[in-house]
Amino acid sequence: MNTSLQIVVSGSIVPDPLQTLEPVTSPGGPALKNEMMLPAVLDPWAAHALYEAAHLALAQPGSKVWLVSMGPKAKLQQVMMTVAQKVPFELVALDGSASGFTDSFATAAALAGAIEAIPGLDKSRLLLFGGWESASRGAGSTIQMTAERLGITEQFQGVDRIAVREDGSFEVLERIEGGRHQVSVCTAPPAALGWATGFLPEPRNNPQVGMANMKTVMPALQRAKAATAADAGLRFVSVSLPKQQRETRIEKNMAPEQIAREIVAWIREE
Amino acid sequence: MESILLLAHTEADGTLAKPALEALTAALELGGELTVGLVGGAVEPAANLAAAAGARRILAVTGEPFTQPRYSTDAAAAEAIARAAGAAIVLAPATARWARALPGVAYRLGGRIDTHATGLAERDGAPAVNRWFYRQRMEAVLTRTARPWLVLLDAGCFAPWSEATPQATPARAAGSAQVEFVAVEAPQSRTTVTGIQAPKADEQTIRPDAKLLFVAGAGWTKKQPDGAVHVEEAQLLILGALRGAQASLGGSKSLVDLSGEGQAVLPFMTHLNQVGQTGSTPRHQKGLSTCCHGEEPHVVGWRFVTERRAVNLDPNCGWSRGKADVVYVADAFAVVRELNRLLG
Repeated sequence: MNTSLQIVVSGSIVPDPLQTLEPVTSPGGPALKNEMMLPAVLDPWAAHALYEAAHLALAQPGSKVWLVSMGPKAKLQQVMMTVAQKVPFELVALDGSASGFTDSFATAAALAGAIEAIPGLDKSRLLLFGGWESASRGAGSTIQMTAERLGITEQFQGVDRIAVREDGSFEVLERIEGGRHQVSVCTAPPAALGWATGFLPEPRNNPQVGMANMKTVMPALQRAKAATAADAGLRFVSVSLPKQQRETRIEKNMAPEQIAREIVAWIREE
Repeated sequence: MESILLLAHTEADGTLAKPALEALTAALELGGELTVGLVGGAVEPAANLAAAAGARRILAVTGEPFTQPRYSTDAAAAEAIARAAGAAIVLAPATARWARALPGVAYRLGGRIDTHATGLAERDGAPAVNRWFYRQRMEAVLTRTARPWLVLLDAGCFAPWSEATPQATPARAAGSAQVEFVAVEAPQSRTTVTGIQAPKADEQTIRPDAKLLFVAGAGWTKKQPDGAVHVEEAQLLILGALRGAQASLGGSKSLVDLSGEGQAVLPFMTHLNQVGQTGSTPRHQKGLSTCCHGEEPHVVGWRFVTERRAVNLDPNCGWSRGKADVVYVADAFAVVRELNRLLG
């Protein structure tokens, strides 16, 4: 049975998690200070989704992976120089904001439009992948709304594993409360999967993959259409950094036993 | 205040779990006419509770297809209830089930959704939602004009409602709830939930209700003063501390990644344990970090931990200073060994 898949991964870029971030007010609403100067990476959970997609495509001959990404074109280009070396994919770029302060409803509309426009996309074999939350907005709502716009009503969130069976059905492990996984079986695509971390390590850089990908990445960036994710009905009353700075007591000269006694007493306090 | 719909899915026995009771408190605090929408196999105990809490209407979708936590059926049930209620504001607890289904419902209703709300208050007659952006690095207060506005409330931000809650103003006596059953044709679904995978009870290291979060960092797997690594002893010490303190285990990204790369490090440590960055931001009253030296466990992973202590060999660790209440500059192996002896 032909179980080849068409996997579209939706993922944007975020500031490198090690950067210090500071909110500022811009004419368009809240933004990050020096946002365009901050080094960016592919959103971590979306990156996991991309690696899982590539792994799955390799196991299902005839499959193909697209990465649909919305962000400022110049930043996308920077990030793709690294991401393109990881796994094979074809980029579909949208030139728009990657800010966490944009709205997921509007973002989903832009992404769904771009996916619909992929030439030759067979929706009956479509798996829509993405991170279950971004490291910017962190809403965990874009994939569901994108999928709804594409007519996909088999959806999974917090996915850690997909296993495709010989008959084309697939088993999905989703994170649920209490460190557990819910196991589901879906008989066939299309489906949408918002990925958590999964179990795959990050692939090593492969310059050959990078060179092959860049043949399509640069034209895709040149073709990138402007997209907006603004929502006129959304108003930020305030955006602020947490101000709480604790007065830390540093204990340098306590013996382990003394420390343990103090910790036990602290644990037992109500 | 505008009309409010509180959506909740019931447990197998028809009751409401703690996150739903917390969301009920939030709905009552917000004011406005409250409708409670219930989804599940049995709803009577939850409906009685909702009536006792002062809900003006109670809507329910029941039936076998709606017992499974599955996108298509949950979305259909929630959509039907939301349309029947016609409420401007739809609140729900941020359970895995609603987090999966309600964003799609917001789209179907032509509304908007905000998730991970940590606070909710009236502002000029409309709700204002507190939520964090950029992985808990900054907090925003936002409002919207679009309706319906769906808001998923994070667990642990409101006290769970009980009949002793001051704002309980019963519309009806408990036990006499009038439930309006909303007819929904279960959508054709290609998905079947086949089970739950969970570690054995004595191997479960994630305990959301634990008072203490014990965070282990990559230092546990590094060379110790004798020049050797002591991973097996680290395992025993960490598991002993978890048992003794009935704590939940969190891990730093670097430690969890080591496990994921196939190195025999701490076999019980998975990505589900990770706090900060691509991990969780759990809510526990107390947090004790050991052998952690990065920003993520101390800043992002600890954002909602109230009391924080750290055992760290580096007295100048910039991430624990100012973030922890107490930093013990000591060898975590020695401290946890003593800790386990005292807790044992």
